[in-house]
Amino acid sequence: MEPRPTSFYFLTGFFALFVLFLYGPTITIGILSFQGPEGGLTFPMRGVSLNWFRELFQEQAVGDIWGAFRRSFALGLMVMVTTVVISVMAGLAFRKRFPGAGLLFYLAIASLVIPSILVSLGVGLIFTQLGLKIHWTTSGFGSQLTWTLPFGLLIMFAVFNRFDKSYEEAARDQGATAWQTLRHVVIPIIAPSLLGVALFGFTLSYDEFARTLLTAGSYNTLPLEIFGMTTNVTTPVIYALGTLTTLFSFLVIGAFLLAVWVMGKRRARHGSDAGKGV
Amino acid sequence: MTEMAGEVRAAAAPVAARPVAGLSKAVAGWLQAAPLAAILLAFLVAPIAMIVVVSFWKATEFSIIPAFSFENYEFLFGSPVTYRVFLATFKYALVTWAATLAIGFTVAYYLAFHIRSQTVQIALFLLCTIPFWTSNIIRMISWIPFLGRNGIANQALIDWGLIDAPLEWLLYSDFAVILAFVHLYTLFMVVPIFNTMMRIDKSLLEAARDNGASGFQTLVHVILPLTKPGIMIGTIFVVTLVMGDFITVRFMSGSQKANVGRLISNDIGLLQYPSAAATAVVLLCTVLIVIGILLRFVNIRKEL
Repeated sequence: MEPRPTSFYFLTGFFALFVLFLYGPTITIGILSFQGPEGGLTFPMRGVSLNWFRELFQEQAVGDIWGAFRRSFALGLMVMVTTVVISVMAGLAFRKRFPGAGLLFYLAIASLVIPSILVSLGVGLIFTQLGLKIHWTTSGFGSQLTWTLPFGLLIMFAVFNRFDKSYEEAARDQGATAWQTLRHVVIPIIAPSLLGVALFGFTLSYDEFARTLLTAGSYNTLPLEIFGMTTNVTTPVIYALGTLTTLFSFLVIGAFLLAVWVMGKRRARHGSDAGKGV
Repeated sequence: MTEMAGEVRAAAAPVAARPVAGLSKAVAGWLQAAPLAAILLAFLVAPIAMIVVVSFWKATEFSIIPAFSFENYEFLFGSPVTYRVFLATFKYALVTWAATLAIGFTVAYYLAFHIRSQTVQIALFLLCTIPFWTSNIIRMISWIPFLGRNGIANQALIDWGLIDAPLEWLLYSDFAVILAFVHLYTLFMVVPIFNTMMRIDKSLLEAARDNGASGFQTLVHVILPLTKPGIMIGTIFVVTLVMGDFITVRFMSGSQKANVGRLISNDIGLLQYPSAAATAVVLLCTVLIVIGILLRFVNIRKEL
Protein backbone atom coordinates (compact mmCIF):
# COMPACT_ATOMS: atom_id res chain seq x y z
CA MET A 1 0.00 0.00 0.00
CA GLU A 2 1.25 3.43 -0.88
CA PRO A 3 1.62 5.91 1.97
CA ARG A 4 -1.25 8.27 2.77
CA PRO A 5 -0.89 11.84 1.50
CA THR A 6 -0.92 14.65 4.07
CA SER A 7 -4.35 15.68 2.84
CA PHE A 8 -5.70 12.36 4.15
CA TYR A 9 -5.01 13.32 7.76
CA PHE A 10 -6.40 16.80 7.26
CA LEU A 11 -9.58 15.40 5.70
CA THR A 12 -9.93 12.75 8.40
CA GLY A 13 -9.92 15.55 10.96
CA PHE A 14 -12.53 17.42 8.94
CA PHE A 15 -14.70 14.32 8.69
CA ALA A 16 -14.42 13.69 12.45
CA LEU A 17 -15.55 17.27 13.11
CA PHE A 18 -18.46 16.80 10.70
CA VAL A 19 -19.60 13.66 12.53
CA LEU A 20 -19.28 15.51 15.85
CA PHE A 21 -21.37 18.33 14.36
CA LEU A 22 -24.00 15.79 13.25
CA TYR A 23 -24.24 13.83 16.48
CA GLY A 24 -22.93 16.23 19.15
CA PRO A 25 -26.21 18.07 19.83
CA THR A 26 -28.19 14.81 19.97
CA ILE A 27 -25.72 13.34 22.44
CA THR A 28 -25.88 16.56 24.49
CA ILE A 29 -29.64 16.33 24.97
CA GLY A 30 -29.21 12.62 25.66
CA ILE A 31 -26.99 13.53 28.62
CA LEU A 32 -29.16 16.44 29.73
CA SER A 33 -32.29 14.28 29.81
CA PHE A 34 -30.79 12.67 32.93
CA GLN A 35 -30.81 16.03 34.75
CA GLY A 36 -31.68 16.01 38.43
CA PRO A 37 -35.16 17.24 39.41
CA GLU A 38 -33.86 20.81 39.92
CA GLY A 39 -31.87 20.85 36.68
CA GLY A 40 -32.61 23.15 33.76
CA LEU A 41 -32.33 23.10 29.98
CA THR A 42 -28.57 23.70 29.93
CA PHE A 43 -25.49 22.52 31.78
CA PRO A 44 -24.44 22.24 34.58
CA MET A 45 -26.07 18.97 35.56
CA ARG A 46 -27.76 19.31 38.93
CA GLY A 47 -27.51 15.71 39.93
CA VAL A 48 -28.38 12.67 37.85
CA SER A 49 -31.86 11.18 37.82
CA LEU A 50 -34.54 9.48 35.78
CA ASN A 51 -36.96 12.14 36.95
CA TRP A 52 -37.79 13.49 33.47
CA PHE A 53 -38.35 10.07 31.98
CA ARG A 54 -40.68 9.27 34.89
CA GLU A 55 -42.57 12.47 34.19
CA LEU A 56 -43.06 11.39 30.58
CA PHE A 57 -44.86 8.28 31.71
CA GLN A 58 -47.27 10.24 33.90
CA GLU A 59 -50.09 10.96 31.50
CA GLN A 60 -51.29 14.26 33.00
CA ALA A 61 -47.90 15.99 33.10
CA VAL A 62 -47.58 16.44 29.35
CA GLY A 63 -50.09 16.01 26.51
CA ASP A 64 -51.14 12.74 24.96
CA ILE A 65 -47.65 11.57 24.07
CA TRP A 66 -48.35 7.87 24.04
CA GLY A 67 -51.45 8.27 21.92
CA ALA A 68 -49.38 10.40 19.54
CA PHE A 69 -46.66 7.76 19.47
CA ARG A 70 -49.17 5.01 18.68
CA ARG A 71 -50.66 7.08 15.85
CA SER A 72 -47.25 7.93 14.42
CA PHE A 73 -46.22 4.28 14.60
CA ALA A 74 -49.39 3.07 12.88
CA LEU A 75 -49.17 5.78 10.25
CA GLY A 76 -45.49 4.95 9.68
CA LEU A 77 -46.39 1.31 9.01
CA MET A 78 -49.24 2.29 6.68
CA VAL A 79 -47.01 4.64 4.72
CA MET A 80 -44.18 2.08 4.66
CA VAL A 81 -46.26 -0.73 3.16
CA THR A 82 -47.97 1.56 0.66
CA THR A 83 -44.68 3.14 -0.38
CA VAL A 84 -43.02 -0.22 -1.02
CA VAL A 85 -45.92 -1.65 -3.05
CA ILE A 86 -46.56 1.45 -5.14
CA SER A 87 -42.87 2.18 -5.72
CA VAL A 88 -42.22 -1.35 -7.00
CA MET A 89 -45.23 -1.20 -9.30
CA ALA A 90 -44.20 2.22 -10.59
CA GLY A 91 -40.58 1.07 -10.95
CA LEU A 92 -41.76 -1.84 -13.12
CA ALA A 93 -44.00 0.47 -15.12
CA PHE A 94 -41.15 2.87 -15.92
CA ARG A 95 -39.09 -0.01 -17.35
CA LYS A 96 -41.78 -0.43 -20.02
CA ARG A 97 -41.47 3.19 -21.18
CA PHE A 98 -45.24 3.72 -21.39
CA PRO A 99 -46.60 6.91 -22.98
CA GLY A 100 -46.79 9.62 -20.35
CA ALA A 101 -43.86 8.20 -18.39
CA GLY A 102 -41.89 11.42 -18.68
CA LEU A 103 -44.76 13.49 -17.34
CA LEU A 104 -45.31 11.16 -14.38
CA PHE A 105 -41.61 11.19 -13.60
CA TYR A 106 -41.50 14.97 -13.50
CA LEU A 107 -44.62 14.97 -11.34
CA ALA A 108 -42.84 12.71 -8.84
CA ILE A 109 -39.80 14.99 -8.84
CA ALA A 110 -42.10 17.99 -8.39
CA SER A 111 -43.54 16.22 -5.36
CA LEU A 112 -40.05 16.22 -3.82
CA VAL A 113 -39.26 19.86 -4.43
CA ILE A 114 -42.61 21.53 -3.85
CA PRO A 115 -42.55 23.11 -0.38
CA SER A 116 -44.23 20.80 2.13
CA ILE A 117 -46.43 23.54 3.51
CA LEU A 118 -48.14 23.83 0.10
CA VAL A 119 -49.14 20.18 0.18
CA SER A 120 -50.34 20.61 3.75
CA LEU A 121 -52.34 23.75 2.94
CA GLY A 122 -53.79 22.42 -0.32
CA VAL A 123 -54.88 19.05 1.06
CA GLY A 124 -56.36 20.78 4.10
CA LEU A 125 -58.32 23.18 1.87
CA ILE A 126 -59.65 20.43 -0.38
CA PHE A 127 -60.81 18.29 2.52
CA THR A 128 -62.54 21.23 4.21
CA GLN A 129 -64.22 22.44 1.01
CA LEU A 130 -65.43 18.94 0.12
CA GLY A 131 -66.73 18.50 3.65
CA LEU A 132 -64.46 15.52 4.28
CA LYS A 133 -63.12 14.88 7.75
CA ILE A 134 -59.46 15.78 8.13
CA HIS A 135 -57.84 12.81 9.81
CA TRP A 136 -54.33 11.43 10.02
CA THR A 137 -55.39 8.16 8.37
CA THR A 138 -56.82 9.91 5.30
CA SER A 139 -55.52 13.41 4.56
CA GLY A 140 -52.40 12.93 6.70
CA PHE A 141 -51.65 9.56 5.09
CA GLY A 142 -52.00 10.90 1.53
CA SER A 143 -49.92 14.00 2.23
CA GLN A 144 -47.07 11.94 3.63
CA LEU A 145 -47.11 9.66 0.59
CA THR A 146 -46.28 12.66 -1.62
CA TRP A 147 -42.99 12.83 0.29
CA THR A 148 -42.13 9.12 0.63
CA LEU A 149 -43.19 7.88 -2.83
CA PRO A 150 -40.67 9.99 -4.81
CA PHE A 151 -37.86 8.63 -2.62
CA GLY A 152 -39.13 5.09 -3.17
CA LEU A 153 -39.36 5.72 -6.90
CA LEU A 154 -35.83 7.15 -7.09
CA ILE A 155 -34.49 4.07 -5.28
CA MET A 156 -36.37 1.83 -7.73
CA PHE A 157 -34.83 3.73 -10.64
CA ALA A 158 -31.38 3.20 -9.17
CA VAL A 159 -32.16 -0.49 -8.68
CA PHE A 160 -33.57 -1.16 -12.14
CA ASN A 161 -30.84 0.84 -13.88
CA ARG A 162 -28.39 -1.72 -12.52
CA PHE A 163 -30.66 -4.75 -12.97
CA ASP A 164 -29.29 -7.51 -15.18
CA LYS A 165 -32.09 -8.34 -17.61
CA SER A 166 -30.61 -11.71 -18.51
CA TYR A 167 -32.01 -13.20 -15.27
CA GLU A 168 -35.51 -12.41 -16.44
CA GLU A 169 -34.80 -13.65 -19.94
CA ALA A 170 -33.47 -16.90 -18.50
CA ALA A 171 -36.63 -17.33 -16.43
CA ARG A 172 -38.83 -16.60 -19.43
CA ASP A 173 -36.85 -18.97 -21.66
CA GLN A 174 -37.51 -21.72 -19.13
CA GLY A 175 -41.22 -21.08 -19.38
CA ALA A 176 -41.91 -18.82 -16.39
CA THR A 177 -44.92 -16.55 -16.74
CA ALA A 178 -44.60 -12.81 -16.23
CA TRP A 179 -45.97 -13.11 -12.71
CA GLN A 180 -43.67 -16.05 -11.86
CA THR A 181 -40.67 -14.13 -13.17
CA LEU A 182 -41.57 -11.19 -10.98
CA ARG A 183 -42.40 -13.23 -7.90
CA HIS A 184 -39.51 -15.71 -7.99
CA VAL A 185 -36.76 -13.87 -9.84
CA VAL A 186 -37.10 -10.08 -9.78
CA ILE A 187 -38.43 -9.54 -6.24
CA PRO A 188 -35.86 -11.82 -4.52
CA ILE A 189 -33.03 -10.05 -6.37
CA ILE A 190 -34.19 -6.55 -5.46
CA ALA A 191 -35.30 -7.50 -1.91
CA PRO A 192 -32.49 -5.65 -0.06
CA SER A 193 -33.36 -2.45 -1.91
CA LEU A 194 -37.00 -2.94 -0.95
CA LEU A 195 -35.90 -2.91 2.68
CA GLY A 196 -34.27 0.43 1.88
CA VAL A 197 -37.54 1.75 0.45
CA ALA A 198 -39.36 0.48 3.54
CA LEU A 199 -36.85 2.25 5.81
CA PHE A 200 -37.42 5.53 3.96
CA GLY A 201 -41.18 5.02 4.04
CA PHE A 202 -41.36 4.40 7.76
CA THR A 203 -38.83 6.91 9.07
CA LEU A 204 -39.82 9.78 6.79
CA SER A 205 -43.44 9.31 7.82
CA TYR A 206 -42.61 8.88 11.50
CA ASP A 207 -40.68 12.17 11.57
CA GLU A 208 -42.76 14.19 9.11
CA PHE A 209 -43.93 17.53 10.41
CA ALA A 210 -44.84 20.08 7.74
CA ARG A 211 -47.02 17.81 5.58
CA THR A 212 -49.00 16.58 8.58
CA LEU A 213 -49.40 20.00 10.21
CA LEU A 214 -52.72 20.88 8.53
CA THR A 215 -53.75 17.37 7.56
CA ALA A 216 -53.66 15.40 10.82
CA GLY A 217 -56.94 16.72 12.19
CA SER A 218 -57.72 16.73 15.88
CA TYR A 219 -55.35 13.89 16.79
CA ASN A 220 -51.67 14.85 16.73
CA THR A 221 -48.86 12.70 15.43
CA LEU A 222 -45.71 12.58 17.56
CA PRO A 223 -43.71 15.33 15.75
CA LEU A 224 -46.72 17.66 16.04
CA GLU A 225 -47.03 16.82 19.73
CA ILE A 226 -43.32 17.46 20.28
CA PHE A 227 -43.51 20.77 18.46
CA GLY A 228 -46.47 21.75 20.61
CA MET A 229 -44.35 20.99 23.65
CA THR A 230 -41.54 23.30 22.51
CA THR A 231 -43.79 26.30 22.97
CA ASN A 232 -44.99 25.52 26.50
CA VAL A 233 -42.61 23.04 28.13
CA THR A 234 -39.45 24.51 29.61
CA THR A 235 -38.09 21.52 31.49
CA PRO A 236 -35.76 18.70 30.41
CA VAL A 237 -38.83 16.51 29.95
CA ILE A 238 -38.67 17.52 26.30
CA TYR A 239 -35.09 16.23 26.13
CA ALA A 240 -36.22 12.96 27.68
CA LEU A 241 -38.86 12.63 24.98
CA GLY A 242 -36.36 13.60 22.29
CA THR A 243 -33.89 11.03 23.57
CA LEU A 244 -36.53 8.29 23.60
CA THR A 245 -37.82 8.93 20.08
CA THR A 246 -34.28 9.24 18.73
CA LEU A 247 -33.40 5.92 20.37
CA PHE A 248 -36.53 4.46 18.82
CA SER A 249 -35.44 5.77 15.39
CA PHE A 250 -31.96 4.28 15.88
CA LEU A 251 -33.60 0.98 16.81
CA VAL A 252 -35.70 0.99 13.64
CA ILE A 253 -32.73 1.96 11.45
CA GLY A 254 -30.59 -0.70 13.15
CA ALA A 255 -33.22 -3.37 12.55
CA PHE A 256 -33.43 -2.53 8.85
CA LEU A 257 -29.65 -2.44 8.40
CA LEU A 258 -29.35 -5.74 10.25
CA ALA A 259 -31.99 -7.28 8.00
CA VAL A 260 -30.13 -6.13 4.88
CA TRP A 261 -26.87 -7.47 6.28
CA VAL A 262 -28.36 -10.85 7.21
CA MET A 263 -29.94 -11.08 3.76
CA GLY A 264 -26.57 -10.42 2.15
CA LYS A 265 -24.87 -13.06 4.32
CA ARG A 266 -27.51 -15.68 3.57
CA ARG A 267 -27.28 -14.93 -0.09
CA ALA A 268 -23.50 -15.25 -0.05
CA ARG A 269 -23.80 -18.62 1.73
CA HIS A 270 -26.58 -20.23 -0.27
CA GLY A 271 -26.32 -18.45 -3.54
CA SER A 272 -29.54 -16.98 -4.86
CA ASP A 273 -32.62 -19.08 -4.21
CA ALA A 274 -34.47 -17.27 -6.94
CA GLY A 275 -36.57 -19.70 -8.91
CA LYS A 276 -36.50 -22.52 -6.36
CA GLY A 277 -40.08 -21.86 -5.40
CA VAL A 278 -41.43 -22.53 -8.87
CA MET B 1 -55.40 -19.43 -4.23
CA THR B 2 -55.12 -15.76 -5.08
CA GLU B 3 -51.55 -16.33 -6.16
CA MET B 4 -52.68 -19.00 -8.60
CA ALA B 5 -55.36 -16.75 -9.97
CA GLY B 6 -52.76 -14.06 -10.46
CA GLU B 7 -50.51 -16.48 -12.30
CA VAL B 8 -53.31 -17.56 -14.58
CA ARG B 9 -54.21 -13.98 -15.40
CA ALA B 10 -50.60 -13.01 -15.98
CA ALA B 11 -50.05 -16.11 -18.10
CA ALA B 12 -53.05 -15.41 -20.24
CA ALA B 13 -52.18 -11.81 -20.91
CA PRO B 14 -49.08 -12.11 -23.11
CA VAL B 15 -50.64 -14.84 -25.27
CA ALA B 16 -53.75 -12.84 -25.98
CA ALA B 17 -51.91 -9.61 -26.51
CA ARG B 18 -49.05 -10.75 -28.71
CA PRO B 19 -50.30 -9.22 -31.97
CA VAL B 20 -50.49 -5.77 -30.35
CA ALA B 21 -47.47 -6.16 -28.08
CA GLY B 22 -46.70 -2.45 -28.07
CA LEU B 23 -50.16 -1.47 -26.94
CA SER B 24 -50.43 -4.19 -24.29
CA LYS B 25 -47.08 -3.11 -22.92
CA ALA B 26 -48.35 0.43 -22.65
CA VAL B 27 -51.53 -0.74 -20.93
CA ALA B 28 -49.54 -2.88 -18.48
CA GLY B 29 -47.29 0.11 -17.83
CA TRP B 30 -50.27 2.36 -17.21
CA LEU B 31 -51.86 -0.13 -14.83
CA GLN B 32 -48.65 -0.44 -12.84
CA ALA B 33 -48.13 3.31 -12.76
CA ALA B 34 -51.78 4.05 -11.94
CA PRO B 35 -51.55 3.99 -8.12
CA LEU B 36 -48.60 6.41 -8.14
CA ALA B 37 -50.37 8.66 -10.63
CA ALA B 38 -53.60 8.56 -8.63
CA ILE B 39 -51.91 9.55 -5.37
CA LEU B 40 -49.91 12.34 -7.00
CA LEU B 41 -53.06 13.64 -8.69
CA ALA B 42 -55.14 13.57 -5.51
CA PHE B 43 -52.56 14.80 -3.03
CA LEU B 44 -50.26 16.96 -5.14
CA VAL B 45 -51.86 18.23 -8.34
CA ALA B 46 -55.37 18.78 -6.95
CA PRO B 47 -54.12 20.54 -3.78
CA ILE B 48 -51.90 22.85 -5.83
CA ALA B 49 -54.80 23.60 -8.16
CA MET B 50 -56.95 24.27 -5.11
CA ILE B 51 -54.37 26.69 -3.74
CA VAL B 52 -54.31 28.55 -7.05
CA VAL B 53 -58.12 28.77 -7.01
CA VAL B 54 -58.34 29.86 -3.38
CA SER B 55 -55.67 32.51 -3.94
CA PHE B 56 -58.38 34.46 -5.83
CA TRP B 57 -60.96 34.03 -3.07
CA LYS B 58 -61.85 36.47 -0.33
CA ALA B 59 -61.79 35.95 3.40
CA THR B 60 -63.75 37.25 6.34
CA GLU B 61 -62.67 36.68 9.91
CA PHE B 62 -64.45 33.35 10.08
CA SER B 63 -64.72 31.93 6.60
CA ILE B 64 -63.47 32.03 3.06
CA ILE B 65 -65.71 33.08 0.17
CA PRO B 66 -65.37 31.98 -3.44
CA ALA B 67 -64.62 34.97 -5.65
CA PHE B 68 -62.40 36.07 -8.48
CA SER B 69 -60.41 38.88 -7.01
CA PHE B 70 -56.80 39.95 -7.32
CA GLU B 71 -56.98 41.53 -3.87
CA ASN B 72 -54.62 39.02 -2.28
CA TYR B 73 -51.99 39.49 -4.95
CA GLU B 74 -52.38 43.26 -4.92
CA PHE B 75 -51.86 43.27 -1.18
CA LEU B 76 -48.92 40.89 -1.46
CA PHE B 77 -47.07 42.81 -4.15
CA GLY B 78 -48.00 46.16 -2.61
CA SER B 79 -46.44 45.40 0.73
CA PRO B 80 -42.76 46.11 1.35
CA VAL B 81 -42.73 43.23 3.84
CA THR B 82 -43.13 40.77 0.97
CA TYR B 83 -39.96 41.92 -0.78
CA ARG B 84 -38.00 41.93 2.46
CA VAL B 85 -39.14 38.44 3.32
CA PHE B 86 -38.41 37.07 -0.16
CA LEU B 87 -34.97 38.62 0.02
CA ALA B 88 -34.38 37.00 3.43
CA THR B 89 -35.51 33.67 1.97
CA PHE B 90 -33.00 33.94 -0.89
CA LYS B 91 -30.30 34.92 1.59
CA TYR B 92 -30.96 31.82 3.72
CA ALA B 93 -30.94 29.66 0.61
CA LEU B 94 -27.71 31.13 -0.74
CA VAL B 95 -25.71 30.99 2.49
CA THR B 96 -26.97 27.49 3.33
CA TRP B 97 -26.20 26.34 -0.20
CA ALA B 98 -22.62 27.61 -0.04
CA ALA B 99 -22.00 26.04 3.36
CA THR B 100 -23.61 22.67 2.57
CA LEU B 101 -21.78 22.50 -0.75
CA ALA B 102 -18.38 23.19 0.81
CA ILE B 103 -18.92 20.71 3.64
CA GLY B 104 -20.78 18.14 1.57
CA PHE B 105 -18.23 18.11 -1.23
CA THR B 106 -15.33 17.72 1.19
CA VAL B 107 -17.02 14.88 3.06
CA ALA B 108 -18.03 13.07 -0.16
CA TYR B 109 -14.53 13.53 -1.58
CA TYR B 110 -12.98 12.07 1.55
CA LEU B 111 -15.33 9.08 1.53
CA ALA B 112 -15.01 8.39 -2.18
CA PHE B 113 -11.28 8.86 -2.75
CA HIS B 114 -9.50 8.54 0.59
CA ILE B 115 -11.20 5.52 2.14
CA ARG B 116 -9.74 2.37 0.64
CA SER B 117 -11.78 -0.37 2.29
CA GLN B 118 -15.29 -0.71 0.94
CA THR B 119 -16.66 -1.86 4.29
CA VAL B 120 -15.28 1.21 6.06
CA GLN B 121 -16.65 3.35 3.24
CA ILE B 122 -20.17 1.96 3.66
CA ALA B 123 -19.96 2.25 7.45
CA LEU B 124 -18.86 5.90 7.35
CA PHE B 125 -21.45 6.71 4.69
CA LEU B 126 -24.17 5.23 6.89
CA LEU B 127 -22.83 7.22 9.84
CA CYS B 128 -23.49 10.36 7.78
CA THR B 129 -26.97 9.30 6.64
CA ILE B 130 -28.45 7.96 9.89
CA PRO B 131 -29.41 11.41 11.28
CA PHE B 132 -31.53 11.91 8.14
CA TRP B 133 -33.85 9.18 9.41
CA THR B 134 -34.35 10.83 12.79
CA SER B 135 -36.62 13.72 13.71
CA ASN B 136 -35.74 17.19 12.41
CA ILE B 137 -37.63 18.83 15.25
CA ILE B 138 -35.60 16.98 17.88
CA ARG B 139 -32.40 17.84 16.03
CA MET B 140 -33.38 21.51 16.19
CA ILE B 141 -34.26 21.32 19.87
CA SER B 142 -30.91 19.72 20.57
CA TRP B 143 -29.11 22.95 19.68
CA ILE B 144 -30.63 24.77 22.67
CA PRO B 145 -28.17 23.53 25.32
CA PHE B 146 -25.34 24.29 22.92
CA LEU B 147 -26.25 27.77 21.73
CA GLY B 148 -28.29 29.16 24.65
CA ARG B 149 -27.24 32.14 26.73
CA ASN B 150 -25.71 29.82 29.32
CA GLY B 151 -25.05 27.12 26.75
CA ILE B 152 -21.91 25.13 26.06
CA ALA B 153 -20.61 27.48 23.35
CA ASN B 154 -20.86 30.62 25.50
CA GLN B 155 -19.44 28.87 28.58
CA ALA B 156 -16.48 27.58 26.59
CA LEU B 157 -15.75 30.97 25.02
CA ILE B 158 -15.88 32.66 28.44
CA ASP B 159 -13.69 29.99 30.01
CA TRP B 160 -11.12 30.43 27.27
CA GLY B 161 -11.16 34.17 27.90
CA LEU B 162 -12.25 34.99 24.35
CA ILE B 163 -15.34 36.92 25.45
CA ASP B 164 -16.40 38.57 28.71
CA ALA B 165 -20.18 38.35 28.41
CA PRO B 166 -22.30 35.67 26.73
CA LEU B 167 -22.93 36.24 23.03
CA GLU B 168 -26.60 36.98 22.48
CA TRP B 169 -26.67 36.13 18.79
CA LEU B 170 -25.92 32.43 19.04
CA LEU B 171 -29.47 31.26 19.56
CA TYR B 172 -32.59 32.94 18.12
CA SER B 173 -30.78 34.62 15.25
CA ASP B 174 -29.96 34.24 11.56
CA PHE B 175 -26.82 32.46 12.66
CA ALA B 176 -28.85 29.80 14.50
CA VAL B 177 -31.24 29.40 11.56
CA ILE B 178 -28.45 28.83 9.07
CA LEU B 179 -26.56 26.56 11.45
CA ALA B 180 -29.67 24.40 11.78
CA PHE B 181 -30.20 24.36 8.00
CA VAL B 182 -26.62 23.22 7.47
CA HIS B 183 -27.00 20.65 10.22
CA LEU B 184 -30.23 19.26 8.73
CA TYR B 185 -29.51 19.43 5.02
CA THR B 186 -25.77 18.87 4.38
CA LEU B 187 -26.65 15.22 3.91
CA PHE B 188 -28.65 16.13 0.79
CA MET B 189 -25.36 17.34 -0.72
CA VAL B 190 -23.20 14.46 0.52
CA VAL B 191 -25.33 11.65 -0.92
CA PRO B 192 -25.68 12.76 -4.58
CA ILE B 193 -22.10 14.05 -4.77
CA PHE B 194 -20.77 10.82 -3.27
CA ASN B 195 -22.94 8.87 -5.72
CA THR B 196 -21.48 10.61 -8.78
CA MET B 197 -17.93 10.46 -7.40
CA MET B 198 -18.18 6.70 -6.95
CA ARG B 199 -18.94 6.35 -10.64
CA ILE B 200 -15.85 8.24 -11.78
CA ASP B 201 -13.56 5.82 -13.58
CA LYS B 202 -10.46 5.52 -11.37
CA SER B 203 -8.26 5.16 -14.46
CA LEU B 204 -9.02 8.82 -15.28
CA LEU B 205 -7.38 9.81 -12.00
CA GLU B 206 -4.37 7.62 -12.79
CA ALA B 207 -4.13 9.16 -16.24
CA ALA B 208 -4.14 12.63 -14.69
CA ARG B 209 -1.39 11.63 -12.29
CA ASP B 210 0.69 9.95 -15.00
CA ASN B 211 0.52 13.15 -16.96
CA GLY B 212 1.97 15.01 -14.00
CA ALA B 213 -1.15 16.55 -12.42
CA SER B 214 -0.90 17.31 -8.72
CA GLY B 215 -3.59 16.07 -6.34
CA PHE B 216 -5.16 19.52 -6.33
CA GLN B 217 -5.07 19.80 -10.14
CA THR B 218 -6.76 16.40 -10.44
CA LEU B 219 -9.43 17.59 -8.03
CA VAL B 220 -10.14 20.82 -9.91
CA HIS B 221 -9.76 19.64 -13.50
CA VAL B 222 -10.96 16.03 -13.37
CA ILE B 223 -13.09 15.30 -10.30
CA LEU B 224 -14.95 18.61 -10.01
CA PRO B 225 -16.26 18.70 -13.61
CA LEU B 226 -17.31 15.03 -13.42
CA THR B 227 -19.12 15.64 -10.12
CA LYS B 228 -21.24 18.52 -11.43
CA PRO B 229 -24.45 16.49 -11.87
CA GLY B 230 -24.29 15.36 -8.24
CA ILE B 231 -23.66 18.92 -7.12
CA MET B 232 -26.69 20.07 -9.12
CA ILE B 233 -29.00 17.45 -7.60
CA GLY B 234 -27.77 18.32 -4.12
CA THR B 235 -28.27 22.01 -4.92
CA ILE B 236 -31.87 21.43 -6.01
CA PHE B 237 -32.61 19.57 -2.78
CA VAL B 238 -30.99 22.10 -0.47
CA VAL B 239 -32.34 25.21 -2.20
CA THR B 240 -35.92 23.93 -2.37
CA LEU B 241 -35.89 22.62 1.19
CA VAL B 242 -34.60 25.93 2.54
CA MET B 243 -36.93 28.05 0.41
CA GLY B 244 -39.99 26.05 1.45
CA ASP B 245 -39.09 25.87 5.12
CA PHE B 246 -41.05 27.60 7.84
CA ILE B 247 -40.46 25.58 10.95
CA THR B 248 -36.67 25.88 11.19
CA VAL B 249 -36.82 29.65 10.80
CA ARG B 250 -39.57 29.92 13.37
CA PHE B 251 -37.93 27.68 15.93
CA MET B 252 -34.29 28.68 15.57
CA SER B 253 -35.01 32.41 15.41
CA GLY B 254 -37.45 32.30 18.31
CA SER B 255 -40.06 33.79 15.93
CA GLN B 256 -37.86 36.87 15.43
CA LYS B 257 -37.01 36.27 11.78
CA ALA B 258 -39.23 35.60 8.81
CA ASN B 259 -39.08 33.84 5.49
CA VAL B 260 -41.81 33.17 2.93
CA GLY B 261 -42.83 29.91 4.57
CA ARG B 262 -43.49 31.73 7.83
CA LEU B 263 -45.53 34.36 6.00
CA ILE B 264 -47.74 31.53 4.76
CA SER B 265 -47.94 29.75 8.10
CA ASN B 266 -48.79 33.01 9.90
CA ASP B 267 -51.70 33.60 7.52
CA ILE B 268 -52.84 30.04 8.09
CA GLY B 269 -52.68 30.64 11.83
CA LEU B 270 -55.00 33.63 11.34
CA LEU B 271 -57.28 31.53 9.10
CA GLN B 272 -56.52 33.90 6.20
CA TYR B 273 -56.37 31.03 3.70
CA PRO B 274 -56.79 33.08 0.49
CA SER B 275 -53.90 35.33 1.48
CA ALA B 276 -51.80 32.29 2.46
CA ALA B 277 -52.68 30.67 -0.88
CA ALA B 278 -51.59 33.74 -2.86
CA THR B 279 -48.24 33.80 -1.07
CA ALA B 280 -47.94 30.05 -1.65
CA VAL B 281 -48.54 30.49 -5.39
CA VAL B 282 -45.81 33.13 -5.60
CA LEU B 283 -43.46 30.94 -3.58
CA LEU B 284 -44.20 27.97 -5.82
CA CYS B 285 -43.48 29.98 -8.97
CA THR B 286 -40.24 31.24 -7.48
CA VAL B 287 -39.11 27.74 -6.52
CA LEU B 288 -40.06 26.34 -9.94
CA ILE B 289 -38.14 29.10 -11.73
CA VAL B 290 -35.07 28.39 -9.61
CA ILE B 291 -35.34 24.66 -10.34
CA GLY B 292 -35.93 25.32 -14.03
CA ILE B 293 -32.66 27.22 -14.13
CA LEU B 294 -30.80 24.49 -12.22
CA LEU B 295 -32.26 21.68 -14.36
CA ARG B 296 -30.69 23.16 -17.46
CA PHE B 297 -27.41 21.86 -16.09
CA VAL B 298 -28.34 18.24 -15.38
CA ASN B 299 -30.43 15.27 -16.54
CA ILE B 300 -31.67 13.73 -13.29
CA ARG B 301 -32.79 10.39 -14.69
CA LYS B 302 -29.37 9.62 -16.09
CA GLU B 303 -27.76 10.16 -12.73
CA LEU B 304 -29.47 7.51 -10.62
